[in-house]
Formats: sequence, C-alpha cells, structure tokens
Amino acid sequence: MLITELKPRETIESLADGKKVFVINCQGCKEVHFPEKEANELQKEWSEKGIVTGIITTDYICNPENMELRLQAHKEEIEAADVVLVFSCGVGVQTIAGYLEEKKVCAACDTYPLPGFQGVTPLEYKCDQCGECYLNLTGGICPITACSKSLVNGQCGGAKNGKCEVDSEMECGWERIYRRLEQIGRLDVLKCPTQVRNFATDEEVSK
Amino acid sequence: MKITELFERGEFVVSAEVGPPKGFHVEHLLEEAKTYLSGITAVNVTDNQSSVMRLGSLAMCKALKDEGLTPIYQLTCRDRNRIALQSDLLSAAMFGIENLLLLTGDHTKLGDHPQAKPVFDLDSVSLIHAVTELEKGVDLGGNELIGEAPKFAKGAVVSPCSDSVDAQLAKMERKVRAGADYFQTQAVFEPEKFIKFMEKAKQFGKPVQVGIIIPKSAGMAKFMNNNVAGIHVPDEMIEELKKDKEKTKAGITGVEIAARIIKECKPYCQGVHIMALGWESKVPDLLKLAEI
Ligand code: SF4
Ligand code: SF4
Repeated sequence: MLITELKPRETIESLADGKKVFVINCQGCKEVHFPEKEANELQKEWSEKGIVTGIITTDYICNPENMELRLQAHKEEIEAADVVLVFSCGVGVQTIAGYLEEKKVCAACDTYPLPGFQGVTPLEYKCDQCGECYLNLTGGICPITACSKSLVNGQCGGAKNGKCEVDSEMECGWERIYRRLEQIGRLDVLKCPTQVRNFATDEEVSK
Repeated sequence: MKITELFERGEFVVSAEVGPPKGFHVEHLLEEAKTYLSGITAVNVTDNQSSVMRLGSLAMCKALKDEGLTPIYQLTCRDRNRIALQSDLLSAAMFGIENLLLLTGDHTKLGDHPQAKPVFDLDSVSLIHAVTELEKGVDLGGNELIGEAPKFAKGAVVSPCSDSVDAQLAKMERKVRAGADYFQTQAVFEPEKFIKFMEKAKQFGKPVQVGIIIPKSAGMAKFMNNNVAGIHVPDEMIEELKKDKEKTKAGITGVEIAARIIKECKPYCQGVHIMALGWESKVPDLLKLAEI
C-alpha cells in the first residue's frame, strides 16, 4: 500500500510554467491514496487558463495493454503538449515515460510507503516509494531502483560496457538515464542542485 | 599543507597511493612510504579499497603525517552514513589532515564481505556538499559547529576513458558545483582519450591529476581490460608487455610505458596520481623516466 501526495505547489507550477500540459491521473488501485481533490482543483485552474491540451483520468495506468490504447486515442492532444504531467505513484510515471519516449514526462506526486501491495507493477518498472520522487530529474527512469547504489546525483565510476559494476547482466541505470535525457533534450536537468536523500519519510507521513 | 595551494602556484603535483593492510602493523608500510614516496607531494590512503576490509584510512593518514608525509584522506560512502562521515571529517581536521578525496565507493558485493549492508546514505556529490557545509560551520542537519570551521582541499575522481564519458563529465560538473577543488582520474592508458576529455573538462577550471597504473605484465593488463571499469589497455601495449618476458626485464617495460603516458598527458593536466599497487619501489624510477 502507498500514499501519493502532490509535490509542493511551486514545484508543480514550475513544471507547467509557460507550457502546454497534457494531464494523466491514475485513480487506480484501492491500495493507493490519491490526492484527488487537490489534483482536480489544480487541473481546473489550469484548464481555465487554457494550458491543458487534454486529460486522461483512469485506473491502473501501470497496466500496459490498457494504457497503450488510451494513449493512442489521445495522440494529438499529447503531441500538442510540451509536457505530460502524471499524477500517480512512481510506477505509473515510469510506465508512461516508457511509452512516450520522445516526450518530457513529469511526476506531479511523491510516493510514500505503507506496508502492502503496489499497483499491477509490470516487471520493468519498480518504485521503492522513496518519498521524494526523482523522476523529473532523471527522465522518468527511477534512480532508486534502476541503480544498484540508488545514487541520485549521477553515475558512479563502476559501469563497464554500459553494465553495472554489481551485475554484468544489468544495464547501468545512470547510463540509461543519461541517454533518455539526451533523447528528450533535457540534459540540463543534470545541472540541478545536489540531491541529499531524506530517509525520514515515514515520520513525515504520520505527521 | 593543502595540495590546492600547490596547484595555485602552478606546480605539477605528484601523488601516489598506499593501501592499508588487513592487520594493524604498519611499520613496513611506513618505511616503504618514507623510502620511495617522500620525494612526492602527497600520499593517498585508500578507504577499504575494492570493498575489502582493512585498517582504517584515517589512522593510516595520521601515521603518515607523523612521519612527515602529506596524506590525502580517501573517504567513501559505502560503509558509513552521514553522521559517521561528518564525524570522521571532524576527526581528520583535529589531526591536521587537510587533503581529502571524496568518493562514492565500490559496492559491497565486489569485496570480501558481500553479505554486508551497502550504505550509500550519501554519494560522492552529496559528500562533497557535506564538506562544503562543514567548512561554512554547519552540518548536514543544519546545526552549527562549535568553534572554528574545518578547511580542506576537497578532491574528487572522474573516469576520462570510461565508455560513458559524457555521463562522467556531467557528474564531474555536479562535483564542481558541490565544491570539489581538484580531481584525480581513473588510470589512463589511452592518452588521446585523456586529451580529448581534458578539452571538455577544461571549462570547469579545476586542476586535474592524470591517474597512472604501472602495468606489471600482459596478464595484468588483460585482467584490467576485462574487469576494471574505465580502463582499456590497447593491444599494442599488451604486445609490448608480452615481449618484456616479465622476469628478464623485471617490469621495466611497464615503467617505460607509464612514463610515456605521463609525458604525453603532462601538457594537458596539472599533476599525476600514481597507483603503484605494490610497486611503490618503482615510483622514483618512473618519475625520473617521465622527467618530473
Ligand atoms: S524516485 Fe523511484 S522510488 Fe522514488 S517515488 Fe519515484 S519511482 Fe518511486
Ligand atoms: S554502475 Fe551504474 S547502476 Fe551500477 S551502481 Fe554505478 S551508477 Fe548505479
């Protein structure tokens, strides 16, 4: 089970600032608490401002078959947007980023853990519910689960032939992140401030 | 003495590396360091290198300092969380150890305690940031230090011949922004690649010491090619080493190769860092051959 919370208002607004936005809401699994009201309010405001090209509200965006068709149906609206903003847990965002390889896909929520089950997690996408979703700084690839050391500030010196130092069968997560950022023209996000992880998330949630 | 002061004066800075033993007698190591390394600027002390448990880096730094050498304290994020790391940094300041090399560290799975918990609470970048904060008199928790704030020369590493050199450059930039003062590189066997790398790294305006490993034999070179990240020994060099027939020339070819690499890289960088891996006795010859 997990809880998603909207990222701070300034963070979300800076993601949408001056851009056309396509919104995807996942209200899927009952295991996830979704900040439905706050998300709706924000999206209503944006719609009034005319910056929203389209909205999908659905369940289980991490279910691959389901999602591919739905994205197809909104193809033009997605194309018209500068950024696809996903209101879901980390798995959902990664699923969408996986489909829309050429698009800038951003997470609007942070994901916190509660004991239990998370979504219909397809094998390739994992989320450890770290509480400070980094996907916006990493092109939609989760650095916590895709990197053996869960590094959040970039690649270590251990990758050889594109593989991780810990497991020669596993692609280096940070090499994937770098390539994805290059592909979507967002290498500039690597210039973000130094990230220091916060392991106090359990307390934050119970506050 | 901070090695940054030497860079500022435009000196070509030479450092070498010693690895503490798996045990607590360090007399022979200190003797060796005094005999072969006292002519150079500074001595790096590795921190449980390759995730193999050994005597601590900080204790060895202190012992070297007492012998009149200038230690560079290597610190990795693998074994300690931010509380222990910051605490050790204050201990280093107390001992008058002023030079640091701040690394993420190899994963525990690579060493002799694969069952151990890999910590990585911080990483190289956030560790550099933590030192920068301590130098301002505050810890990572935002609490003020009592009394004088410590001051260090903050070193970091980069892998110029890595097959993901662009990702490495991006990381280097993050290290600079977090406060890194100088860089030491992974061992270079391909000077052309290093020179290309330096063309791009120049923009950060930080001194770089080229990393050098003396290739002891063709076997060692092949092993590194297959197993060590960011290192590629070209085929011609392996052929050269093969001809050496190892014992007859007692590794002189390896020293010659290393000297050649230093000479080729020297115009493009600000120093050299030698990882002798047990061949400390060859360091004086190497430097002479490289005309340093
Ligand atoms: S960064 Fe990874 S672990 Fe953290 S919330 Fe996002 S997807 Fe989950
Ligand atoms: S090699 Fe890549 S995936 Fe492995 S620990 Fe280093 S940065 Fe992470």
